Amino acid sequence: MKEMLTIAMPKGRIFEEAVDLLREAGFKLPPEFEDSRKLIIDVEDEQFRFILAKPMDVPTYVEHGVADLGIAGKDVMLEEERDVYELLDLKISPCYLAVAGLPNTKMNDVAPKVASKYPNVAAAYFREQGEQVEIIKLNGSIELAPIIGLSDRIVDIVSTGKTLVENGLVEYERIADITSRLIVNPVSYRTKDERISEIVDKLTDVIHGVRS
Amino acid sequence: MFEKPLGMRDTLPRLYETKSIARNAIASEMKRWGFQFIETPALEYYETIGSASAILDQQLFKLLDSQGHTLVLRPDMTAPIARVAASKLLNEDLPLRLAYSANVYRAQQREGGRPAEFEQIGVECIGDHTISADGEVIALLMSSLCEAGLESFQISIGHIGFVQTLFQQILGTEERAQALTKFLYEKNYVGYREHVKKLSLSSIDKQRLLDFLKLRGGEEVLQFANDLIENESGREALSQLHQLWEIVGAYGEEEKLKFDLTLISHMSYYTGIVFEVYSQAVGTPIGNGGRYDLLLEKFGKPTGATGFALHLDRLLEALGGLSEETPTTCILFSGERRKEAYELAKSKRGEGEKIVLQDINGVKNIDACTNQYNDIVFLIGKAGRGSEG
Repeated sequence: MKEMLTIAMPKGRIFEEAVDLLREAGFKLPPEFEDSRKLIIDVEDEQFRFILAKPMDVPTYVEHGVADLGIAGKDVMLEEERDVYELLDLKISPCYLAVAGLPNTKMNDVAPKVASKYPNVAAAYFREQGEQVEIIKLNGSIELAPIIGLSDRIVDIVSTGKTLVENGLVEYERIADITSRLIVNPVSYRTKDERISEIVDKLTDVIHGVRS
Repeated sequence: MFEKPLGMRDTLPRLYETKSIARNAIASEMKRWGFQFIETPALEYYETIGSASAILDQQLFKLLDSQGHTLVLRPDMTAPIARVAASKLLNEDLPLRLAYSANVYRAQQREGGRPAEFEQIGVECIGDHTISADGEVIALLMSSLCEAGLESFQISIGHIGFVQTLFQQILGTEERAQALTKFLYEKNYVGYREHVKKLSLSSIDKQRLLDFLKLRGGEEVLQFANDLIENESGREALSQLHQLWEIVGAYGEEEKLKFDLTLISHMSYYTGIVFEVYSQAVGTPIGNGGRYDLLLEKFGKPTGATGFALHLDRLLEALGGLSEETPTTCILFSGERRKEAYELAKSKRGEGEKIVLQDINGVKNIDACTNQYNDIVFLIGKAGRGSEG
């Protein structure tokens, strides 16, 4: 009998690609997996329990040990700085973090403002640039901020750039390239090492064999 | 509600009781192994303990004394004990076995609910450079956990010296070795691999650095590690780990041990063998320790030392739940029968029972009061007319 492993999966954008990757690696996930609206899905054959979480929360579940493993974007890892192992670059859902704003504009001289879903990343970036800015945390529709004058710039993820174009925004600087990562709780990494190594090996084969 | 400072917690009676049972079980075991308990002050000088303790500066609670000196609330116990040992106790050049249970203070950066004050119970074995001392400390750690009632746990053992010498040998300079070590601290293996790929090294050396991440498992790991290392100090580190395995084996406990040479600690004073203890029930290590051969030198006595600290709150989490309440009897009395009540209480307490003496005039709600106790004795009214039961 294999040990049960709990895996935190991000709902939304990354989910389907992550499920495909797991299937490619030879894990038998049921066909109705993607359509399920459940928050917890047990896959008895593989002794996996999947929990479906908001992407930003995946590292939190893993850090606290309620999930052994998780799949999280590097953007979330940079923002949350959780105490977890970042074991593998899964090379799925590529995108990047960028600074954007209305075309041909400069930062406000008196009170420069930056809106972002990633306040820590944004603050660290502008601090490194030596610029004093006020960071405004938003939870979505970040593109609105410069359009209606809440901020001069935004920091957000860009995958195709389409959203920016549609809202009349342009990219100013690129902060970091983002892909999804396999992350592991530090205790699980040591106490369930055999099963985790097996998963890492299988995923490594797929990533290197098929994708690069 | 009256608020407390961020990260500070109250311990209420039931939890206190549970905590003290675990603490006593562990402390008794440490005493049986001949370790002597000591206390040190909560406040220390920033320049000495603050910098020796290896806790990040932003995690220190700092304050000024009336003369304007900067003080810190001790962030760990190892540095204060090294200070005491070096200045007062280490006179005869004999190994010193010290133990402590004390609160330490580390300001938390995020999530306000995390404790910034927490209790550690641990030991330091100072002045013995042999691996026997490391083995003893690990065996005592195991035995302490068993005494506390924790059956299932795992100890992973690494060696700081091995990592340092492997990285230095391959990378040449300490600077480059540190850059790579940083990825290990940050648990960022993706970054580690990318960094290694970018280095100008032979493909064999690159592979050695990548294979290093796989040095985890049982005794066989030492053999793999031996294939990666090419110098004397690296072999020495491995031979120490091998000896340790045998020493702990002699205590009959090696099935709970694993090697993990990728294990490195945030506590920068460690120099040799390091270890962490895990319970599957808790998401963070419940204890850790290792050898620190250079710390005592900072306090003027160059000698080796090794020890461990258990995080008592996390251990309680691993044990799961509160301890069972021991039954308490309440004697409710009225003034006329005070003497009788006192005598009954005295004799029952003498037998080891927990007895509450309560004047009935001090209780507003008799039902609520009686429900609170396992047993109740009424000594009310004139002698002979009261009921008992």
